Amino acid sequence: MPPIIEVKNLCKSFETKEGRVDAAKNISFSVEKGEIFGIIGLSGAGKSTLVRCLNLLERPDSGDVLVNGQSLLAMSPKELSMRRQGIGMIFQHFNLLMQRNVIDNICFPMEIAKVPRAKAKQRATELLETVGMTDKALAYPAQLSGGQKQRVAIARVLANNPEILLCDEATSALDPQTTRSILELLQHISKTMNITVIIITHEMSVVQQICKRVAVLDSGAVAEQGDVKEIFTSPKTEAAKRLVISGVRPVDLMHGKKMVRIIFDGQSSYEPVVGNVTLAFGTPVNIMYADTKDIGGSAVGEMILQLPEDPITAQRMIDYLKERKLVVEEV
Amino acid sequence: MVFEKEMITMLLEGTRDTLYMTLVSTLFGYVIGLPVGILLTVTDKDGIRPNAFVYRIIDIIVNIMRSIPFLILLILVIPLTKLIVGKSYGSSATIVPLVIAAAPFIARMVESSLKEVDKGVIEAATSMGASDFTIITKVLIPEARTSLLVGVTIVTGTILGYSAMAGTVGGGGLGDIAIRYGYYRYQTDVMLVTIVILVALVQILQGIGMIISRKLDRRIA
Ligand SMILES: Nc1ncnc2c1ncn2[C@@H]1O[C@H](COP(=O)(O)OP(=O)(O)OP(=O)(O)O)[C@@H](O)[C@H]1O
Ligand SMILES: [Mg+2]
Repeated sequence: MPPIIEVKNLCKSFETKEGRVDAAKNISFSVEKGEIFGIIGLSGAGKSTLVRCLNLLERPDSGDVLVNGQSLLAMSPKELSMRRQGIGMIFQHFNLLMQRNVIDNICFPMEIAKVPRAKAKQRATELLETVGMTDKALAYPAQLSGGQKQRVAIARVLANNPEILLCDEATSALDPQTTRSILELLQHISKTMNITVIIITHEMSVVQQICKRVAVLDSGAVAEQGDVKEIFTSPKTEAAKRLVISGVRPVDLMHGKKMVRIIFDGQSSYEPVVGNVTLAFGTPVNIMYADTKDIGGSAVGEMILQLPEDPITAQRMIDYLKERKLVVEEV
Repeated sequence: MVFEKEMITMLLEGTRDTLYMTLVSTLFGYVIGLPVGILLTVTDKDGIRPNAFVYRIIDIIVNIMRSIPFLILLILVIPLTKLIVGKSYGSSATIVPLVIAAAPFIARMVESSLKEVDKGVIEAATSMGASDFTIITKVLIPEARTSLLVGVTIVTGTILGYSAMAGTVGGGGLGDIAIRYGYYRYQTDVMLVTIVILVALVQILQGIGMIISRKLDRRIA
């Protein structure tokens, strides 16, 4: 079976007054059915452009987008319109119809698919239950909170039983707690309805919470892609490092002194490493940051240490930590 | 200021004629202006079906028509009016130039209302596989309905004013009465009354339009 989504050498550029902007440079990746795939990048990295190319809201200049092995670019407008009904999309700003109430918003895609009114109403009611919004059926979007609006948007996108769900910064306008609940809902939907989800975000924490694999975008190109845990513990490219660290950095890292980021996971030993380093070298290290995260269901500890200024001691400390099977990364 | 029965009847008939011209012209104005406004919105460069050629052509025609002074237009279209209505005077005849004057104005009002619709909502509809026709009928127009209705109100007021102007060249209605009695026969009281009626009509139409558009707006919690 081919992957559900396959992007091949996709390129897209825009002509602007300031000149040409290469928003997507030779991007290739594929997503397996049922997977939750993350695309992460800083603002302007080209995430929205890329995701909009996946349902041809934006037409790529070159390359191809295959869904279930079929090229979207080769489709006629009619076929594309049909195909789009199977590729749902949710947005940062929800994009609900402001003049329709909640239930009629959910009926909208079914009107497009020519589902009979009574049947559509019934399905909409069921979907409202799925997203936990039954009591707001007759409310208008203006009367809902951001999280509630996104729940309605999710119900709406599920109406035509999509195979694929594209989420462009779907949680970026929400507070952390609402973000978590929306992500849980997406995860639940993906699992129970076997929907493939693509999550676009600039926040590492979002990817950590629900994605198994991730592609890191940097100025229009894929800097690296792979397992979230892999990239989180040992980012190889500058872009990935920046995103991983920016997710944890409470204070701007100070210049001059050497900092390292160490990761503990299931394989790490149970000895108190930080204490032992201090004892073994006779100089203290400064703990700048420490946290435990749940990545794909397993706990991963993360710490940023500031090492002594003397480069030889610092290097020996790094070697010491590496011997203890810790992932050590200079930052 | 006491009016004879005939005078009152005449004023009532004038009011009826003015309303008739205004409402029918607004209606036909929209029959032409609404599709043109939609076309302008859709073919503009950030519309759902950009087409620089079509947009330019309509844009120019609309601009030219809008810059012709109404009084000139009244005279210019006389042959056309005769062809359609059979005569060139009276309230029915006035509807022709009124529609021609109002349509480009309406097209612009419609264009500006439709362009207020959030691009994201249109994009969401496209992502669901909506056709252009569906986007126009189920997204653009319903989402812009408040603004469109405010537009209708403004248009109606403007046409009412134009209809009074047309009265001065034999168009019938209150304008006609005002010029015949107030201006030619120096019956200032009649002129004053017609003005008061015109103002009242504008106020009433304006008020109804605003109430309806506000009633239909769901964007306010
Ligand atoms: N329609 C357009 N016309 C011109 N330039 C564009 C257009 N759309 C995107 N760009 C440019 O392409 C680049 C990538 O934009 P894109 O919106 O894909 O970034 P992003 O990663 O989604 O950013 P953000 O996190 O801010 O949403 C930017 O430099 C942007 O200015
Ligand atoms: Mg974006």
